[in-house]
Formats: sequence, C-alpha cells, structure tokens
Amino acid sequence: MNKVLLGLLLGAVLGAIDGLTSWFTPAVRAQLVGIVVGSTVKGIIAGIAIGFFARKVHSLALGILFGLAVGFVLAFIVAQLQHGYYLEIILPGSIVGIIVGYATQRYGAASASVPAPTR
Amino acid sequence: MKFLSDKAVDRLRQAANTPDLSGTRYQLLEHVARGGMGTIYAALDETLHRRVALKILDVPVADDDFALRLNREARVLARLEHPGIVPVHDVGTLSDGRVFYTMKFVEGQRLDRHIEAVPSLPDRLRLFLRICDAVAFAHARGVLHRDLKPANVMVGAFGEVLVMDWGLAKILREQSADFAEDDPEATIVHTPKSAGTLADATQATQVTGQGTVLGTPGYMSPEQSRGDVAHVDERSDIFSLGALLRFLCAPPAAQPKPNGIWRLDKALEAVCGKATETDPRKRYASVPELSADVSRYLDGLPVSARKETIFDKTARFYRRYTIAILLIGAYLAMRILLLIFSRA
Repeated sequence: MNKVLLGLLLGAVLGAIDGLTSWFTPAVRAQLVGIVVGSTVKGIIAGIAIGFFARKVHSLALGILFGLAVGFVLAFIVAQLQHGYYLEIILPGSIVGIIVGYATQRYGAASASVPAPTR
Repeated sequence: MKFLSDKAVDRLRQAANTPDLSGTRYQLLEHVARGGMGTIYAALDETLHRRVALKILDVPVADDDFALRLNREARVLARLEHPGIVPVHDVGTLSDGRVFYTMKFVEGQRLDRHIEAVPSLPDRLRLFLRICDAVAFAHARGVLHRDLKPANVMVGAFGEVLVMDWGLAKILREQSADFAEDDPEATIVHTPKSAGTLADATQATQVTGQGTVLGTPGYMSPEQSRGDVAHVDERSDIFSLGALLRFLCAPPAAQPKPNGIWRLDKALEAVCGKATETDPRKRYASVPELSADVSRYLDGLPVSARKETIFDKTARFYRRYTIAILLIGAYLAMRILLLIFSRA
C-alpha cells in the first residue's frame, strides 16, 4: 500500500471515529451523521495531504509536524464554520493529524512502482 | 673487544627480518602488522602499480607437501569471491624459501577499534550481519575461518566490512575437481618448527602443530580449545560469531572482555548463549540461522533462541510501537479529558 492510500484510509477511519465521539456530547448528538461525514471528509483530505508529504519527505519528525499542522488547520476551519467547540474539534483533529503523519512516515511504500520502459 | 650499540643491533635485526623480495614483482613499502602465522607488509605491485598487502609466513618451506598446502590455501581463498572477504591476488615463494601471498590492501580500522565510534546497538548488529554474510558464504563454499574475532574484521573507509586473516581456515569439503587430490580434512595451518614461533604470535592467537590448538581464547569453541580437529565444523565458527556478537553488544568500557558478565538484553543474551553453547549440537546449525535471529531482533520480532513470557511479548510490542502507542494513548486521554470537561 502506498503512503497516499495509507494516509487516505487512516484519515477516513480516524476521522469517522473522531466524529462518532461527538455522541458523548448530548448537545450535538442530533447532528451526529453530519458530524461523522464532515469529520471523515476532513480526515480524508488531511490523510491525502500528509501521504503526499510523506512520499516527498522522509523524516519522522517532519512528518509528525506536518500532520499536526494539517490537522490543526483543517480542524480550525471546521471549528470556525461551527462557530464554537474549538477545543473539542481542534485538539482531536490535531492529534489525528499527528497519528496519520507518524503512520505514513513509518509505513507504506515510498511510491508506486513504475515498470521500466521496454524497447 | 668492541660491542655493538643497541641502535646498531636494532638496525641489524630489522635488516635481518626484512624479507628479500628480489625475484618477485613486489616492492616492500612498510611493515603493517603481525598475525598468528606470519607478518603482513604493505607492498607495491610493480606490474599493476597498486598497493597490496603481502603476507609472509614465518617459517621457511621445509617440504613440497607443505608448500602445496599453502598454495592450496591461497587457491581456496581466491575462490571466495565475496565483498566481505579480502581477495587473494597472488601466491609465491621468496628466495629464502618462505611462502607469501598477496591480497587486497584494506585501508580502514579493525572492528575492535572501529566499534568505539559506533554507539548505536542496531548499527553494531547490522555490522555483525555483514560479518555473518561473509562467513556464511565461506561455509557454503566449504571453508571454515576458525579465528573469527574483532581483530580479524576490518571496516573500510566507506563502511565496507571485510573478514580478514584466513590463515587458520579449514576446508570442510571440496567443491572443485582442482582440489580433489588433496586431503579433504587438511587443515590450513603450518606446523611451527620451534617454540619461538609461538612466542611471536600476537593477539593471543595460539599457533601450534597440526591437530592442536588454533584460534583465540574467548572466541575459540570448546572443541577447538581441545584441539579436537575432527569435530570442528561450521558450528565452531558460530561459537566465535556468538562471542563476537557479545563483544559488539557490550558497552564500550566492557569490550575488552568477550566473556564478561555485563547485562545484555534478554533476547540478545539468548542469541549469544545459543551461539556459544558448549555442546555444538545445541548451537545454531548454520550462520544464516544465527543471522536470521539477529535480524528478527532488529525488526522487533521474537528470536528463536528464547521462549517469551507474556511480559516479554508486551515489552517487545511496546518497544516496537512506542510512538504509535503513545500517540493513541494521548488521543484517548485527550478524549476522556474532553468528556469529563464537557460533563463538568
């Protein structure tokens, strides 16, 4: 599995789990489906970006840092759109970014193999 | 009566010891080291204009049979073409009857000195795996080293690892018809003609007659120590590799003692222990088996030499996935805290 695909899948799964945890907040339980879908999409976008970064840069520290930055920025945008729940959205979003950053650096094939041209 | 000064005596001794390379294509450059069986010089190959290492055996050839054996050693080593084994270029006889052979001149450091600059255990283990590769290759060609120790491994300027000093090598089985006429159990070692040769031996390498002790204490298998040549096989080299592994895993201050009592990781200790079992049947059956266990250790996998308890498994799992576990732990902790915070 290449790093971009790994980032995409991991971002989607962690994003969905992250969205599902909103069930514990009674005030937003009614919007659970919308939150899960939004969180999953956010995770996918972050995962793809982090996967591409991991393909270009081979550094665990930079990968984690980039994951943190992407997770933070995307979560911040979502929180801005929600006009609230900054801590509840930004904190988990950032940590999910870190986890995806770590996983894409540590695992996944560096790039898809391209067959050599034949003459 | 006039006595010679110490300086003059030293000069005379030096002149007497300097080998006469007339009649060969080599020009002596400098003395490099003394091994168990002879002296190594740096020499210039005047035909190819390259620097070579020239090993001259200490004892002049006494009979044709012995000369044949030494030539055979050079021929056997010449067929060990492997990046981890020093290639032999040439073999010949000096005008004084001493046999010599030339090999690649390796510029680098002996492993025991190089290792001081390698503090990382995984890097040391990767070095060890490269030594194993070379020894496994030799074994596959039916050749035993019999004197594996840190001083006989060189690490080149570009990180290349070379197993040196095959002077005590033993041919287990022949793979070429060229050698079929020789005794397959023949040991590549010369028989010293005087006690002086033993006294000259360096690096604690003991060289005695055929069928007796060959090797270095601490790195020599029990069967080698007993001079039990008939029972020396690949597992003797595995014993030496186990002692070498223990040396490599030890902290720098403890390194001079290959059989010391410093504390190793349990899995690595088990690998060393299995490789250095007194009973050869309990050791690893082959070098690839040993290196596979070391590779497994490097990959954070269980080693075959040790049965793990549930605690060991947990500890190994944690060591392997420390960052991932910490990240997931941080995420869960954060979630729980947020939950408590929101309820409050």
